[in-house]
Amino acid sequence: MDCHLDIFFLEAVLNGVLLAGLLALLALGLNLVFGVIDVVWISYAELVMVGMYGIYYAHKGGAPFLVAAVLGIVLVAVAGALMHYLVIRPVLDQPPINQLLVTGGVLFFLQAAATMAFGVEFRSIGIRLGSVNAFDMSFAWARIITFGVAIGGILALWLFLTRTYMGTAIRAISQDRQIMPLMGVDARRVYLVTSAIGGGLAGLAAALMVLQYDIYPQIGLQFGPLVFMICVLGGLGNMIGGFVAAFIISQFIAVGGSCMATEWGYAIAFLFFMVAVFIRPQGLFAAKS
Amino acid sequence: MIRISPAALVGLAALILLPWAVRFGFPGSEKYYLHVLIQILLWAFIYTGWSLMGRFGLTSLGHGAFTGIGAYATVLLWNFAGLTPWLGIPIGVAVSVVVALLVGYPCFRLRIKGHYFALMTLALTEFIRLCIVGLRDYTGGSLGTQPARAGNGISLYAVQFEPDRVLSYYVVLALWAFGLVVWLRIDRSMDRYALDAANQDEDAAASVGIDVTREKLKVTAISAALCALGGAMYGQYQMYIGPDTIAGLGVSLNIVFAVIAGGIGVLLGPTVGAVFTQLLSEGLRVAIQGSGFLKDWLGSAALALDTAIYGLLLVLFIIYMPKGILGTLLAWRDRVRAEKALRPPEAARPVPRRAA
Amino acid sequence: MLSLTNVDAAYGSFQALFGVSMRVEAGEAVAVIGANGAGKTTLLRVISGLLPASGGDMTMDGVSLRTIAPHRIVATGIAHVPESRRLFPQLSVEANLKMGAYMPAARARYAERLDYVYGLFPRLKERRGQLAGTMSGGEQQMCAIGRALMSGPKLVLLDEPSMGLAPVVVAQVFELVRRIRAEGYTVLIVEQNVQQVLKVADRAYLLEVGRIKTAGTSAELLASDDVRRAYMGL
Repeated sequence: MDCHLDIFFLEAVLNGVLLAGLLALLALGLNLVFGVIDVVWISYAELVMVGMYGIYYAHKGGAPFLVAAVLGIVLVAVAGALMHYLVIRPVLDQPPINQLLVTGGVLFFLQAAATMAFGVEFRSIGIRLGSVNAFDMSFAWARIITFGVAIGGILALWLFLTRTYMGTAIRAISQDRQIMPLMGVDARRVYLVTSAIGGGLAGLAAALMVLQYDIYPQIGLQFGPLVFMICVLGGLGNMIGGFVAAFIISQFIAVGGSCMATEWGYAIAFLFFMVAVFIRPQGLFAAKS
Repeated sequence: MIRISPAALVGLAALILLPWAVRFGFPGSEKYYLHVLIQILLWAFIYTGWSLMGRFGLTSLGHGAFTGIGAYATVLLWNFAGLTPWLGIPIGVAVSVVVALLVGYPCFRLRIKGHYFALMTLALTEFIRLCIVGLRDYTGGSLGTQPARAGNGISLYAVQFEPDRVLSYYVVLALWAFGLVVWLRIDRSMDRYALDAANQDEDAAASVGIDVTREKLKVTAISAALCALGGAMYGQYQMYIGPDTIAGLGVSLNIVFAVIAGGIGVLLGPTVGAVFTQLLSEGLRVAIQGSGFLKDWLGSAALALDTAIYGLLLVLFIIYMPKGILGTLLAWRDRVRAEKALRPPEAARPVPRRAA
Repeated sequence: MLSLTNVDAAYGSFQALFGVSMRVEAGEAVAVIGANGAGKTTLLRVISGLLPASGGDMTMDGVSLRTIAPHRIVATGIAHVPESRRLFPQLSVEANLKMGAYMPAARARYAERLDYVYGLFPRLKERRGQLAGTMSGGEQQMCAIGRALMSGPKLVLLDEPSMGLAPVVVAQVFELVRRIRAEGYTVLIVEQNVQQVLKVADRAYLLEVGRIKTAGTSAELLASDDVRRAYMGL
């Protein structure tokens, strides 16, 4: 262990905060879908991976990064809606575990399809943004931008949910599904829109991740389980809880990772997660019942 | 005592004689065919172990943790402490059981069920996988490791038998049969009814005096033990283990998929699942080797094709055949039998249909 | 306006309604009374589309309700105030009202409808930001009725509005019913509280085990032996 309370420690803590933005964004999409439709998308990270490849190839194909990013968001939004329509809708009346497993099938499929289509090599989009130095600490611009955009995305979603009709319907449907038709709301439509938004958020996360990480088909296994942990910790379906949980978990990862090998930071995060859930099973914040 | 039906006896005899049939029918390539059979039986054993929990609604995505612990404990104790697997395997099994109980107890006490339970087990399997990779000085990290070969690879003391495929086959056959016996013992026991009741309605079960937590812990411990044993034997046969081949989410999902495909509440369901998945991957492998087109197109990613098909099939199975292959066949057979029993004798007049 | 002919309804293999026929004319207040389990709530759910009918037909202004998807029935002018209010507990009063105006025709006139409902129920305006789940039973009922009115309906279905409320509040709720009647809405109200509801309604149907046993004006039903025996302990 190589851990002192020095400037490197502070740097790790702050990097943890920056990481939290991205994790919070990821957790948001998953929580939204769970809160509204009551399904866990085990393949969520794979959707992000698909987005990352999409953005990579669009950019390589000549599109400026921002255009590629928008294309990526749209791509994953469509993928999310499609996944709901083809795979989840048929099993909505089966026990919830089957709904989770069905997305497990999608996980296998997407990872394998990506491997066949793109090969196992790591790819980097090659955009270097440099870093900013302050007080002997160095922070990558990519991370800072990611944090800012993630917060922006979260705010945008919040506005959508509180100001628009569809957003209000999305909030309402998770509170009382059965009476929605009485107000002229077609629940299936709301689910599709929610799935598209969940996908869109994953696409946004993909755009941010592409700037920081190399892409390979199994990348979903690296952060997928982590995002589930964050959501359960904050209370499945509780978007604010997920946000806070993201900050907690990312501190474990960042500080643990700087003091010890990377795996241990994550391992401790998972251990913390299990202990925390045993102490308070419904998540750190009272989730929707 | 387990009553063995005549059909089962014939089946068992056939399985015992199978290696000789293979030797006779495929001279020269018997090693390969025996390897396929061994894989089927080994994984069937692991799948059967998982299904002990799965059939009662305790769907775990974390059994990769137990197979991993079993495998790595055995190999590491052999490689670094020279401890014979005759002791190493029980230690691995014991550790798995302890871990299972440590995680299971709070889960069951706190009524963590369904997809919450699945996500908890997912956390467990990831935690174990991360520990395995983190201890890279011992485990070789993501690259995996091998048990040190004893002599020519066949050793009773080292529990190694891989070069002799026929021997390996019988070892694994015994293991598989053992798993079936355990499944049957539980199926015929009071615990089975208690767990079925708890699966349907936990409160009602508790109110008739069933100690739900204890029942669940019992079956969890057995399930973890079997999978740890299976993982350890996997390591002894393959002579190579890796964090992604015998641990982790991928392995966990593979187990679940195979049991769903085969049939979850049925004795031979997991075995059918093993047959199905192994034949599928072997079949695909052979097809890819044989097809120039596929080889060119997929190159090194050819292995991914079977995973893609698994994924597709898992989705299709859950949507259209949630009982699995064997489960659906058995249900169909039962329905046909029931209809036959209800049909009136030939001489009777048909019952008029009620006015709509 | 609303016409039911021989309507059957079932929950799986359990039949709850048997050949129910009834009418509600524009401007009327019609009550459906009956004991627990008689099928009153089922009747309203069948009309508003929450439960599909298994036989017979229902028309609203001549349009057959069975041919319309459940979420489009509100567009025919029917608004259903469900049993136990069923507000969205974690949404504010105003958000609940907003949901009432979800359908396109109502959305276009949202501001106008909101002012109207606030005018009718000033208490709701006072509590517009409050979470609906934290209000008292009587206020929730007011909010639920307000939500139904947001869609600009012709016919309002009220499912046991007095259920679970203290007697003082019950009187207030029936006062609300009188008010909306006075505003010109046609009302079909299902109730167990026979005394109160027959004071508000013009006509009534008595539903017993899924069948219409008696029908008539409120006065007739108040005097009928069936009703007096079953519900007033006489």
